[in-house]
Amino acid sequence: MSLGLGPEEWQAVLLSLQVATLATLASLPLGLGVAWLLARRRFPGRALLDGLVHLPLILPPVVTGYLLLLAFGRKGVFGAPLAELGIVFAFRWTGAALACAVMGFPLMVRAMRLSLEAVDTRLEDAAGTLGASPLMVFLTVTLPLSLPGCLAGAVLAFAKAMGEFGATITFVSNIPGQTQTLPSAIYTLTQVPGGEGPALRLTLVSVALSITALLVSEALAARAGRRLGAG
Amino acid sequence: MTDPALAVDVALRRGAFTLEAAFAAGPGLTALFGRSGSGKTTLIDLIAGLARPDRGRIAAGGHVLVDTASRRFLPPHRRRVGVVFQDARLFPHLSVAQNLAYGRVFARLPHDPAEFAAVIGMLGIEALLARQPAGLSGGERQRVAIGRALLAKPRLLLMDEPLAALDEARKAEILPYIERLRDEAGVPIVYVSHSVAEVARLADTLVVLDGGRVAATGPAETLLRRADLIPLHGEPGALLDMVVEGTDAATGLTRLTGQAGPLLVPDLAKPPGARLRVRIPARDVLVATLPPQGLSARNALPGRVAGLVPAGTGVLVEIDCHGAILLARLTEAAVRDLALAPGREVVAIVKSAAFDPAGFGTGRPTIAI
Repeated sequence: MSLGLGPEEWQAVLLSLQVATLATLASLPLGLGVAWLLARRRFPGRALLDGLVHLPLILPPVVTGYLLLLAFGRKGVFGAPLAELGIVFAFRWTGAALACAVMGFPLMVRAMRLSLEAVDTRLEDAAGTLGASPLMVFLTVTLPLSLPGCLAGAVLAFAKAMGEFGATITFVSNIPGQTQTLPSAIYTLTQVPGGEGPALRLTLVSVALSITALLVSEALAARAGRRLGAG
Repeated sequence: MTDPALAVDVALRRGAFTLEAAFAAGPGLTALFGRSGSGKTTLIDLIAGLARPDRGRIAAGGHVLVDTASRRFLPPHRRRVGVVFQDARLFPHLSVAQNLAYGRVFARLPHDPAEFAAVIGMLGIEALLARQPAGLSGGERQRVAIGRALLAKPRLLLMDEPLAALDEARKAEILPYIERLRDEAGVPIVYVSHSVAEVARLADTLVVLDGGRVAATGPAETLLRRADLIPLHGEPGALLDMVVEGTDAATGLTRLTGQAGPLLVPDLAKPPGARLRVRIPARDVLVATLPPQGLSARNALPGRVAGLVPAGTGVLVEIDCHGAILLARLTEAAVRDLALAPGREVVAIVKSAAFDPAGFGTGRPTIAI
């Protein structure tokens, strides 16, 4: 079953899935931590953190990609020391994952923060009086009650990663088999004669993946609403 | 001398509200009693560790929970102070059984099936274990919340208006469980309420709060008689410990005996020998100087005037009936006409219908601290 896709097109689809999976899994713990900080703690610099998290949503993706190149390129502030450790992002699929993670981060944190804020702090107080430490309160009360919302945030970030184009192509370029993700492949196909057919097929794959992600996210959010309403 | 179950001496300022309270609580049930805004719930938060005092010290059974002088603050999860909140606060994602086990797990207590069975039996929640909190009635939730707090083996149990969110029928359903808790669980209880009926029925010791300060503290039956606390607790009244002698099927009246003398009250559906605490508000007691005749009231208790206390527009007459003190509220004119004075022999008349079933509780020797 090839859905009429050629090997290069399949490569782009599989690479995109790989990139989006790594981007989502890697940003999950950090996203949860930042969402919890923003939802539950008041500290100096909170507004700054909030703004920083949302920045990729507002900046042109090309600018975000260029900033990543400056920071994580081989001669970048973080890129140079990381390269000495053998960790390279620029023009690698891991770099695509980093770009996608950064671009999806605001969506993930936003959804998680909303679902964490919806958990009644009085339940957390009650758990504390029953002997649960703050970490155990988070793991046994806050997280389970906000889990569907947090998963919905992860699904949104995954969907965003599947479609990220601007920052990715700026940061890691468009190398078939290495950094050519689904959107990059579509873009390339539309630039060459006779590419319309494959481009359309990949577009349909992209639409199907996006709609699936949206449906999963909606179903999880509905479940979150039911669970919190049941208390 | 052993340490009191709870010793509080704290000050806290929040905006225009100032709390400055010092009191001690012994074993049994201590009621924090006062109007809303008197600082009751703030005190509960301070004892549970959900708020920090500006200054002061709280110790439970010799364990210091907070002491600003030595900069000591034990977080809530290390205090072993159980709390039953007004809104049960059961965990909605856990079953009743999991809710009940929650505290035991974190207190690192071994599973004790006998203890578990005793607690759920006492609270009558055996049939609810597999249910989810969302499917429970308000009364059932509150009983599960009590069990959950109790199974964490707290050294002190705080109950913050646990009945306030319930209707009268549900209150009547839960009160007997709280009485059993007080008498059987062996955990000192601090019970917050603004209801005289609840306090009269449950409390051994009373701490009356007014505007963030302790207005009075002492044994419940003494404080509930005090005229100077009327603005705080409404109508004063006597608390009498009585024993059921029997119920007359023909008249439907239950006969009680106690220090003050026999009383006939509407059928209580209690077995002979059951102990009761009866509250008789002062306005429901009449005073006669001669044994009455041709009177519909059933209960006439001979006694002696022990004191006259001016109270607002009238006078509270304290009547010593064989050592138990009854209170009667009369007008000044009536006191003058009857020539009532300390030492005068009188008869206190209580209407049987005046007894409110909600005013009855299982009694026991009151513990004073």
